[in-house]
Amino acid sequence: MASSPPMSLTADFLAALHAAVPGRVLTGAEACRPYECDGLSAYRQTPDAVALPETVEEARAILRLCHEHGVPVVARGAGTGLSGGALPVQGGLLLGMAKFNRILQIDAANRSARVQPGVRNLAISEAAAAHGLYYAPDPSSQIACSIGGNVAENSGGVHCLKYGLTVHNVLSATILTIDGELLTLGSQALDGPGLDLLALFTGSEGLLGVIVEVTVKLLPRPERAQVLLAAYDDVEKAGAAVAAIIAAGVIPAGLEMMDNPAIRAAEAFVHAGYPEDAAAILLCELDGSNAEVSEEILRVRQLLLDSGATEVRTAQDEAQRMKFWAGRKNAFPAVGRLSPDYYCMDGTIPRQHLAHVLREIERLSDEYGLKVANVFHAGDGNLHPLILYDANRPGELEKTEEFGRRILELCVEVGGTVTGEHGVGVEKLDAMCSQFAAPELRQFMAVKAAFDPAGLLNPGKAVPTLHRCAEAGRMHVHGGALPFPEIPRF
Amino acid sequence: MSSDLTAPLRDRVLGALAARTPLAIRAGGSKAFHGRAVQGEALDVLGHAGIVEHAPTELVVTARCGTPLAELEAALAAHGQMLPFEPPHFGPGGTVGGMVASGLSGPRRPWGGSVRDAVLGVQVLTGGGEVLRFGGQVMKNVAGYDVARLLAGSLGSLGVILEVSLKVLPRPAKEITLVQEADHATALARLAAWQGRAWPLSASLHDGERLWLRLSGTHAGVNAARDALGGEELADTTLWTEARDQRLAFFQTGRPIWRLSLPPATPMPDLPGSWLVEWGGAQRWLISDAPAALIRAAASLAGGHATLCRGHDGTDEVFQPLPAPLMALHRRLKASFDPHGILNPGVMYAEL
Repeated sequence: MASSPPMSLTADFLAALHAAVPGRVLTGAEACRPYECDGLSAYRQTPDAVALPETVEEARAILRLCHEHGVPVVARGAGTGLSGGALPVQGGLLLGMAKFNRILQIDAANRSARVQPGVRNLAISEAAAAHGLYYAPDPSSQIACSIGGNVAENSGGVHCLKYGLTVHNVLSATILTIDGELLTLGSQALDGPGLDLLALFTGSEGLLGVIVEVTVKLLPRPERAQVLLAAYDDVEKAGAAVAAIIAAGVIPAGLEMMDNPAIRAAEAFVHAGYPEDAAAILLCELDGSNAEVSEEILRVRQLLLDSGATEVRTAQDEAQRMKFWAGRKNAFPAVGRLSPDYYCMDGTIPRQHLAHVLREIERLSDEYGLKVANVFHAGDGNLHPLILYDANRPGELEKTEEFGRRILELCVEVGGTVTGEHGVGVEKLDAMCSQFAAPELRQFMAVKAAFDPAGLLNPGKAVPTLHRCAEAGRMHVHGGALPFPEIPRF
Repeated sequence: MSSDLTAPLRDRVLGALAARTPLAIRAGGSKAFHGRAVQGEALDVLGHAGIVEHAPTELVVTARCGTPLAELEAALAAHGQMLPFEPPHFGPGGTVGGMVASGLSGPRRPWGGSVRDAVLGVQVLTGGGEVLRFGGQVMKNVAGYDVARLLAGSLGSLGVILEVSLKVLPRPAKEITLVQEADHATALARLAAWQGRAWPLSASLHDGERLWLRLSGTHAGVNAARDALGGEELADTTLWTEARDQRLAFFQTGRPIWRLSLPPATPMPDLPGSWLVEWGGAQRWLISDAPAALIRAAASLAGGHATLCRGHDGTDEVFQPLPAPLMALHRRLKASFDPHGILNPGVMYAEL
């Protein structure tokens, strides 16, 4: 188990750190404050020190020092994460990997890119474009987020149904362990020898090691992409339309749903031409060769009409396609204009339960007196309810967090998960208690200990302690047995 | 046939744990040739069988480990669906558990993804005798470490996979096979060029003289690709199941058969023997009596690795040896699931 962290870094440690990365160690509240939070700014902690290595050897030296001195260390990429995964820990070091920003190789013949972890997601596709290739996962932050963070979080995006998550698009990761061993997981081929540690590492939220190099798979850019917009007077009909498309054997590149509050917010913000009276809209994008898209677009259009759409539009050119997408892609900031603050949830549900889950969210919205707008990656079941609140009103953040937790519990009840793509971080530790029982949590801790026995890498994230679950009172009841029997309760 | 043997299987593992008896997990036995031989009492999981749930419009199926692969594929086909990774059967005995534990994928793998890519969730019986659930039945799920995908290809060394949820895909509307004349260099060059475009390829096979291609997709998409890529269209497509199950004449040899997993455009390595190239160049079979070290070094130099698939007695090293720190990590990880090393000891590496 993790020993309790020191309250502050020792002079010995800091001196050794300065020697290891001369000129690139920040200390003092002023210098370290820019690193106090990631994209989830509700949680803040100024780090005691920040180290900014430029080479693998420097990163290795830093980790060895942390190991030797028992100093907790949090790796950070672009800091765009939405679950507090890069939140610094008190008495710990923040390891900024932003200077690892070089694309090492675009291998067009093998359709792969070897890059350093600080390279931005979109920069990979930009560099590959000359070869007609691109990197498929496209989290909404792709202009800013870094590939190392994408691997750590197993990031998704709007094309996951057809093209998968980060885990499906990474061939190899070179990592440093906390004791400074350099390991290559996966290979430059489609698989590697031994256990699939690359799969285990992807999405491990910085708890198992620090990424220093990644090889990603590149895909040929589709010849054509075309999008349809369908409007519905009933959310249930939109859900049925999604099922009908899948049942017909079509796998759209993107399949997105927005409910009425989200439609109105987006329309007011970017004027995408969405029908503001619709209960829900679907955006369905098809991609592939010209011949494929021409054939499928007609089929899907008919399916949408047959499913009771009040209106179906086909984007006629690239400009119109971008306009259809503009509303969806700006849905979060659009909702942000309606309210001083919003809280974005990230559950995934089996799609068949969509109507039930949306009705329950509506009921909870009334119960808590907080408005909600829903955007939904309908193809893969990933639901983002955005709860509107005002942090300046006393107690409203707490109320919002409770509302959010109940939404996540609802996702687990219908067979889903508390996080589809944003990660657990610090944000969903309590929610993890409703999804996993003590034996599973213990196995997670044992996996962690196999990589990092002293618990120095990103402590306090991703996996809740059994005590926390017992105290939170949101416990996974397993087969009627009382969970966590070993923990005293009062 | 559907039956839930979770309780008796758990009792067997707890008994073996108490007595420190090694167990050799076995279902249909169709992949007994794969990996190293295990010395242990047989743990037969064939009876833990049945499709638990298939939700066609969710693109997810959940089945117990002893479910015959043929039964699962028939159930999916009834809804126009398939497993995206086209798993080998190696005879009628192939099961769902063996498919996931072996992690072996078939001809569609470079385009449809691997077994582990399709794994969404598992229920596993660990070497510590615990029944645990990881992942789930949804495609996007990042809660907790991805233990479900770690178990794919783990050869039963971490736990008995009791049940698995898999992503499935619709069967393509049209599928055709083309054959062209091409030597190795020409075939690799064509495959590299064509895979860099959005052609609906779904399999390739090259024997040094002929290049077979499979195209899968919409009618219009496949027809357009056929006209652009050229070659003779074949009516008989049993070639792909024979390649999938290693039943082609190439595999009928008593000599060692190696599998080299390489970056697809790698030039043919300078190794003695005969070659069969699949997966757009990424999977290459080599019949060769060359020393293991030579073959492994060539694969490693190209960024890949080599596995000795056939023609070994189960005591040799089958998989590419791991660097010492990585092996040490494997041992610690195995111990976290199987503290006394009772499950399939030595199946992957002698020291694991």
